[in-house]
Amino acid sequence: MNKQLTAADAVAQLRDGMTIGFGGWGPRRKPMALVREILRSPLKDLTVVAYGGPEVGMLCAAGKVRKLVFGFATLDAIPLEPYYRKAREAGELELMELDEGMFQWGLRAAGMRLPFLPTRCGLATDVTRLNPSLKTVRSPYDDGEVLLAMPALNLDVAFLHVNVADRLGNCLVTGPDPYFDHLFARAATQCFVSCERLEERLELDAEQARFNTFERYLVSGVVHAPLGAHPTSCPSDYGWDLEHLKHYVASSQQENGWDTYVQTYVAGGEQAYQTHNGGAVRMGALPLPVF
Amino acid sequence: MPATCDFTLAELMIVAAAEAWRGNGEVIASGLGVIPRLGASLAKLSHSPELLMTDSEAFLVEEPLPLGPRGEHVARYSGYMSFERVFECVWGGRRHAMIGPTQIDRWGQTNLSCVGDYHKPKTAILGVRGLPGNSINHINSFFVPSHNTRVFVSGEVDMVSGVGFKAERWPEGVRRDLMDIRQVITDLCTLDFDGPQRAVQVRTLHPGVSFDEVQDKTGFPLLTSAHLRETAHPTAEQLALIRRLDPHDLRAAAIKGNPPGIRAA
Repeated sequence: MNKQLTAADAVAQLRDGMTIGFGGWGPRRKPMALVREILRSPLKDLTVVAYGGPEVGMLCAAGKVRKLVFGFATLDAIPLEPYYRKAREAGELELMELDEGMFQWGLRAAGMRLPFLPTRCGLATDVTRLNPSLKTVRSPYDDGEVLLAMPALNLDVAFLHVNVADRLGNCLVTGPDPYFDHLFARAATQCFVSCERLEERLELDAEQARFNTFERYLVSGVVHAPLGAHPTSCPSDYGWDLEHLKHYVASSQQENGWDTYVQTYVAGGEQAYQTHNGGAVRMGALPLPVF
Repeated sequence: MPATCDFTLAELMIVAAAEAWRGNGEVIASGLGVIPRLGASLAKLSHSPELLMTDSEAFLVEEPLPLGPRGEHVARYSGYMSFERVFECVWGGRRHAMIGPTQIDRWGQTNLSCVGDYHKPKTAILGVRGLPGNSINHINSFFVPSHNTRVFVSGEVDMVSGVGFKAERWPEGVRRDLMDIRQVITDLCTLDFDGPQRAVQVRTLHPGVSFDEVQDKTGFPLLTSAHLRETAHPTAEQLALIRRLDPHDLRAAAIKGNPPGIRAA
């Protein structure tokens, strides 16, 4: 069994109009090499499901997004995501704006093959008013409480980036927080994982094995993409690239800024991407942020 | 304290923010942003050591971490608190968060999503983030670095991201007893929602600020607390703790112009 494939092979399996989930959180451990491959493709009309970082802004800037299912879009150190903001203020996006907790609850429902899970989150706010598809349920027990029925967020495809994977699809997330990648993997029909280091077959001690956060049967394909989270962080390997992110934000204020960004960083492929960012040594040594 | 005691408005606000967490018991104290985080840290190091705090990433700490680069300081962890566990904590109600919403209305409803029409907003902000869930499940307080009518809006906030006390917003059968709003710390005063029918009232005025000025800069009518007084000045001990928690003086950039704590007459 060998699940290794190229980023182009993975993206070639997508179709216009699909619902695609992206792992990570804001500017943290986003599958950016796979996102850049989508940017190089003719794909369109995607429903993007994410705890949004620069992948949301870039896919919006490239006109790939029909609908966004999200709780936020941010670069953290730079609070506002510039291209998300542009698309949002132009009124271009269909939206399902959710509480962060509702969002993981919807992924969880999908992973457990349930139609919904109950929660209080979102009630008495505009989240329910603006998403009329969200329904409530009444507890069948004596309390009779009315709860929001968070529908399953079923994904056609999930894209994740991890620190280590093997050709069988076993993955390790070695940063302090696994975020919700395991729930994205469970919610998706197909899940493609890019990784910093690809091994033939993981043979771990018990302590290392605890960094495995979901099972390989959830993984359809593995892409070897060193520095594939850049410019987002990939704890415990490297931090986000604030210099690059500032440059990305500045491009949004320049004439033809997005086209220039694409020409410089996306069009030439990952090798050219590394060269334009000071090379693999610099990128791999970016310090982890201190909070 | 001698009247010559020198402190900034940011430091006054940190001490006021710390008061929000007094007597909360063993809950997670989450202060988002420089002043709220320093307030939570000060509360834990002074009057409320029972509070739980994180390193703002994924671990619990018993000794609040100083802000910014830590130099020789090595964090010591007492436990683990991934984002997934934060939601378990939030939904269980054992948390008191202080955040800075873009808009707050007279009902305590908050907005972090967008300003203007939802479908074609004047300004897109972050998105609702965790506000809907936080606000309905646990205690919340708010931080406002610049008190004005754009923050304290006259009607409802443009996009209700966090729940408040407006009865019409609550569907029949939904539990309202799990939420509470405690304090709002601004650069002019502190407010609470403890007036009749949870009306907003001024509880303390910062040194040199009048009630009329606060009212002028608020988009809805304010009441005054029966216990209205001047906001407590930081003590020398509190200032020493703040300096220890903020060795790079990030608080100096938290309020525009870094004004003194007592206004020049």
